[in-house]
Amino acid sequence: MISKRKLLRIFPVVTLVLAAEILLAQSSISGSNITTYSLIAVGLLIVGFAVLALSDNLLQIEAQKMGSDTSQNNFSIFPKLSEVFGSAKPDFVGQAGMHRLSKGHDIKLVGKAEPIIDESIKAKTFAVKPTNFRGLSPIPRMLVAVGDEVKAGDALFEDKKDNRVKYASPVSGEVIEVKRGAKRAIAEVIILADREIQYAEQQLPDLSTATREDIVNFMLSSGTWSLLNQRPYDVLPDPEIIPENIFISTFDTAPLAPDTSLIVDGKGASIQKAIDVLSKLTSGKVHLGLNASAATAPSDALTGLTGAELHWFNGKHPAGNVGVQIHHIDPIGSTEKVWTLNVQDLVTIGDLFLEGRFNMERIVALTGSEIENPCYVKTFQGANVGDLLKGKLKESKSRIIAGNVLTGSKLTESDFLNIHDNHITAIPEGDDYELFGWLLPITPRPSVSGTYPNFLFRNHEFEPTTNTHGEKRAFVMTGQYEKLLPMDIHLQQLMKAILANDYERMEGLGLNELSEEDVALCEFACTSKMPLQKILRQGLEMMREQG
Amino acid sequence: MGLIDFFEKIEHSEPKSTLGKVGRTAADAVFTFLYSPKSTTRAGGVHIRDGIDLKRTMFQVMIALQLCLIFGTYNIGHQHFTAMGQYAGFVEGFHLKLVHGLIKILPIFLVVHGVGLGIEILFAAKKGHAVEEGFLVSGPLITLIMPPDIPLWMLAVAVAFAVIIGKEAFGGTGMNIWNVALLARVFVFFAYPTTISGDNVWVSGFDKIATGVGTEYGWGHSLFNYLFGWMDLDQFAVGGAVVDGFTGATPLALASQGGWDAVTSVYSTSQMWWGAIPGSIGETCKPLIIIGMLFLMFRGIASWRIIVGALLGSAIMGLLMNAWGATPFMTIPWYYHAWIGSMLFAIAFMATDPVTATATNTGKWIYGILIGFFGIIIRVLNPAYPEGWMLAILFLNTFSALIDHYVFESNMKKRLKRA
Repeated sequence: MISKRKLLRIFPVVTLVLAAEILLAQSSISGSNITTYSLIAVGLLIVGFAVLALSDNLLQIEAQKMGSDTSQNNFSIFPKLSEVFGSAKPDFVGQAGMHRLSKGHDIKLVGKAEPIIDESIKAKTFAVKPTNFRGLSPIPRMLVAVGDEVKAGDALFEDKKDNRVKYASPVSGEVIEVKRGAKRAIAEVIILADREIQYAEQQLPDLSTATREDIVNFMLSSGTWSLLNQRPYDVLPDPEIIPENIFISTFDTAPLAPDTSLIVDGKGASIQKAIDVLSKLTSGKVHLGLNASAATAPSDALTGLTGAELHWFNGKHPAGNVGVQIHHIDPIGSTEKVWTLNVQDLVTIGDLFLEGRFNMERIVALTGSEIENPCYVKTFQGANVGDLLKGKLKESKSRIIAGNVLTGSKLTESDFLNIHDNHITAIPEGDDYELFGWLLPITPRPSVSGTYPNFLFRNHEFEPTTNTHGEKRAFVMTGQYEKLLPMDIHLQQLMKAILANDYERMEGLGLNELSEEDVALCEFACTSKMPLQKILRQGLEMMREQG
Repeated sequence: MGLIDFFEKIEHSEPKSTLGKVGRTAADAVFTFLYSPKSTTRAGGVHIRDGIDLKRTMFQVMIALQLCLIFGTYNIGHQHFTAMGQYAGFVEGFHLKLVHGLIKILPIFLVVHGVGLGIEILFAAKKGHAVEEGFLVSGPLITLIMPPDIPLWMLAVAVAFAVIIGKEAFGGTGMNIWNVALLARVFVFFAYPTTISGDNVWVSGFDKIATGVGTEYGWGHSLFNYLFGWMDLDQFAVGGAVVDGFTGATPLALASQGGWDAVTSVYSTSQMWWGAIPGSIGETCKPLIIIGMLFLMFRGIASWRIIVGALLGSAIMGLLMNAWGATPFMTIPWYYHAWIGSMLFAIAFMATDPVTATATNTGKWIYGILIGFFGIIIRVLNPAYPEGWMLAILFLNTFSALIDHYVFESNMKKRLKRA
């Protein structure tokens, strides 16, 4: 094999010889002048480019020899395209490096939440759903019965396979129902909350002397373990495995996503505590992804943190996805496991170690075009959706989504929020026919494709419905997903590999680096209306079974 | 809404007979054409979907082809009368040229779509699928790459071959290896070579005129003659002979005989640019093809990498041919290759077919550049047939999966190395 560097050295020689030969041959036939001139011009261009490319390569090699980080800083004589055309580095990033992600797309929708917390909205019932925890057996061992009084932090059930893993109640109150689903699997444990939340007493380990095992055991028994997420596959972490790194994305770029600065406001101490605890649990580092595309700097509670590596990300959705950030910080290797958390879970862990109470308070954004006065509410994890939306829904026949429009789950008003949800979106259903809808759409609709004049109205906020705007087809278009996923992954081929059960390809093409939320934007944009998240999950489960 | 109810009733019916199933599939195709379906996103995926679907995508290509189709229709008539030395100006005898063009192209268009869509519907009914939109593009494309006098039964056989063997055998739209339109053409090319090569096939009615029989017109022409007589316009006249110096040879044929001098002695460069020359129906007018090409590129339907790559590849190979210069064809200035033959049409509409092209961005560059290389090589060095794009694109279609394979392998190796 000829190395790239060797090739670069041969390249100018070859082109020179070739150019000379062409010129000689040309002059002997004495073709038209314009041909000769264009040949000379092309030859000169090639030689000039070769010289530039060679010196560029030398510069890079020199920079690498001096031990500079070439992934974040550009040592080339050619400026990166993003440096010429991309947005300038915001002031608040300062001297720190910044990851510029040019791929992606922001979907702007009507119904962004005003940055106010509506104190009048209170949920009465809460639920913990065993189905939220991937890796937990479908019928966990119940530790409470209907009618029992529990405090916030008391264990409700435990894993049958590993009874160290406890799942705690987010609120204090009375267990009013244990709802069972198919095959008697436990679907929901419902608690009627007290007016004033009582917190269970916790036996805090002394952080200065505690070993990793002590902390892990405490997190397992206190219920905070269930807030952690292990990648690949998005499962509950195995207590026996030490994660390579821990990643936290502190911002969300999904449509209508809640603003983190409101959530972390005044929580700096808790977050710092959580970082301190987490950094004892990993063999690597705690990495924090910060938003460099917003107009203002992130909250001090995030930028002032110590003990964690800060990484700035500038780009459109899905730049805020932790999976995308991992790909750019330290990609997951074939045998590696990492943990991911979101910011509110970080606050819960911090509060536990700081104040000794299992505080599952959550700030939830109510958004979407079907919500009257979109705003934030303060509640606890697993709140009843109907309680939160009482009087807020414009029409009863709308789609209620726990989460954002790309990755959220479809709920009804009698359902409860899932473990990681801090966002509810309501949009109209779109179950009606549209005359020549594919050709002459009547209403504006969000689209990534160039066939709509949307690029002329960059700040237009759309009011989409749940209509599919077409039927499912075989893969036809190519390059569509790759334009929207800021990762070095051939997503379409990966999807085909999953559908073909090709394990080697699946792993090789980067299945382990992906989670459903990372491919959701591609699924939205897909011309063939492919269910990418479903296919990806199928692949992830196949790989997980293989071990 | 009465119409919706009518279609919904068909949709919910459970036909037992094969004919009933076919009917329902056809009705469903019409229904989804008229109305976007009311289906909503399901739980467990995205809740909103992009406004683009395959129908809209394919329709963009149809829009891009319209100008070529209109010009091609008129040019059939124009070439027909030019051969006889009548109505030499481009707009002279406008009504006759247009009507003659329409009488030639409509049967082609109808046969192509009747056979193609018919087979699609049959297979869709058999498989229990909805009719997929692929043929919406293949249909006009096949029409545009045929000579005007192609016998309709040959056309029907070719389309049937392309759709059944080329597409449905592989699983339908999105699964085919070779471009369906080019397969239809290559079938005619190898099965009935005399109808699609030589100097006599590119001008409609030329076969008859050249052998001294004179033009013969059918009932369609008589009908219009009646109309034109009533309106006191010029009418189609039976008979007519070849005007002196007209050979019916395309610029390509001339180029292979005598190089650029031979070409320019018959056709001026501006004539070739604007397209008033004999050739396949849609390939002649370069500005309209470029408009279509740019339209598709900027709407993101056709890959700009393939188009730029192919133009680049053909320029480089054209230069090398210039440098070699062993035959008259090789000395044709590299920048004039786009003026003659179907190069631009093939690059804009055939090479960019997303199903048969490579899928990766790197692959698209390689694919495009190689099409440019091979197109020129086959065009210039092939002794039998002076055009290369059809064969070059089908050749690269065959290898596109292989090109992609190496791109994927390198991606996988990179990932392995990192671990």
